[in-house]
Amino acid sequence: MTPHASPAIAARQTWMAVLARAEAAELAALIANAPPLPEPVILRGPEVGLVMVRGRIGGGGGPFNLGEMTVTRCTLRAGATVGHASIAGRVPERAVLAARIDAGLQDPARHDALHAAVIAPLAARQAAKRAESAAKAAATRVEFFTLQTMRT
Amino acid sequence: MAYVAVKGGERAIDNAHAWLAADRRGNPDVPDLGLAQIREQLGRAIDRVMAEGSLYDQDLAALAIKQSQGDLIEAAFLLRAYRTTLPRFAHSEPVDTATMAVRRRVSAVFKDLPGGQVLGPTYDYTHRLLDFTLAAGTAPPPPATAHATGAKMQRVNDFLVHAGLIEPDAPAGTTPGDITRQPLTFPAPRDVRLQALARGDEGFLLGLGYSTQRGYGGNHPFAGEIRVGEVTVEIEPAELGFAIDIGDITLTECQMVNQFKGSKTQPPQFTRGYGLAFGHAERKTMSMALVDRAMRAEELGEDVTAPAQNVEFVLYHSDNIEGTGFVEHLKLPHYVDFQSELETIRRMRAEADAGKEAAE
Repeated sequence: MTPHASPAIAARQTWMAVLARAEAAELAALIANAPPLPEPVILRGPEVGLVMVRGRIGGGGGPFNLGEMTVTRCTLRAGATVGHASIAGRVPERAVLAARIDAGLQDPARHDALHAAVIAPLAARQAAKRAESAAKAAATRVEFFTLQTMRT
Repeated sequence: MAYVAVKGGERAIDNAHAWLAADRRGNPDVPDLGLAQIREQLGRAIDRVMAEGSLYDQDLAALAIKQSQGDLIEAAFLLRAYRTTLPRFAHSEPVDTATMAVRRRVSAVFKDLPGGQVLGPTYDYTHRLLDFTLAAGTAPPPPATAHATGAKMQRVNDFLVHAGLIEPDAPAGTTPGDITRQPLTFPAPRDVRLQALARGDEGFLLGLGYSTQRGYGGNHPFAGEIRVGEVTVEIEPAELGFAIDIGDITLTECQMVNQFKGSKTQPPQFTRGYGLAFGHAERKTMSMALVDRAMRAEELGEDVTAPAQNVEFVLYHSDNIEGTGFVEHLKLPHYVDFQSELETIRRMRAEADAGKEAAE
């Protein structure tokens, strides 16, 4: 993710990225133990649609269209804030919940408790999962018996 | 081509479909196959269906594979049909494969390179002997782990680009063409060609890629780098005005390094072919990179002599959904066409007989 120049937006990007990667069961379990969220007024969705994924020619050149993926989006108002979620897959319930949490996190009165109850544990689990995958990959790294200087 | 309107047959069709449903289910004494089982245990089939169906959704691909009884072209067809029912919300920012969470990364051109040769979960070096412990359902041992440095894995090509030995990436620019929105026209630019190849039939691309190695448009390739892993997909929803992650997808990327091109003003450089596809798809992306490079023949001043270099031939025949539609439509009723052919051949034979009698 490209962090935004504004720290407030960059923080929101970070928690939205964590919510987008959360699994349904863990999100539901964490939210059950979090401070209650206000009842939302749905502004749009949740609706399932497509995102055209782009790659770059040669990895770093001009863009090209690689193929589409499913995505679910939802926008809602909760109290004084508007929450949004766009999440990979066909996951209407998760999108509503993520948008509600996004709205709650923007409310200064709720932010800290909600962040501690939901975002922090999710982020820790996601980091652990990434580290586990990286550790498995590292175990398959070839150690050559004779090391030579690479020629370029 | 004319089709005759045929009435009737509805009952036969309904009964055929009912039998198909029972046939798909197989012996009811055997437990029904769950979508989660397909998703988790037939990952390469899921990847191929997503790539050729041009829609990344593992659960939909699992359903399509179950529905098609494992006929992967039929399954890709189901995904293509499903996508037409959905609106497109956005396009992503171009994914950055340099920041991929790499599970596998190998280079056939440099042994020692920053980040190293990471084999990942690969079939390479297996002996292709049937493993009967799988038939017995034995649980595998847990995979080994080791300390990961967390260092970013630089692309192998970047080393060569820095030394000026390989052509650099073309500058980023315009909005790319989209064959799902505009019909294919020629000459097709490279962005459009790559989109078509990314959803192209793996078998067709494998055959064409193989043909370039055997001399039909050869360009002497080396697998500069193959990497498999997860990349982040980012979009910028109009209502937010800033980019957000919507999740991660698995991609495979292949960078082929090919023989030289130089000119009076430029010393010789390696040229490149590129492959990128959904899922873990090494055979597909390697073939794609070979064919991508072959299709650059004209651009690089090479003679266009072989099928893989013929852009129109490749792009018009790489899509297995279109191919299966046109080939398989032959089994639909052509009664009127064939009647007219019958009349023609009878007339020709009658004329030939008349000519013979007249000669006698």
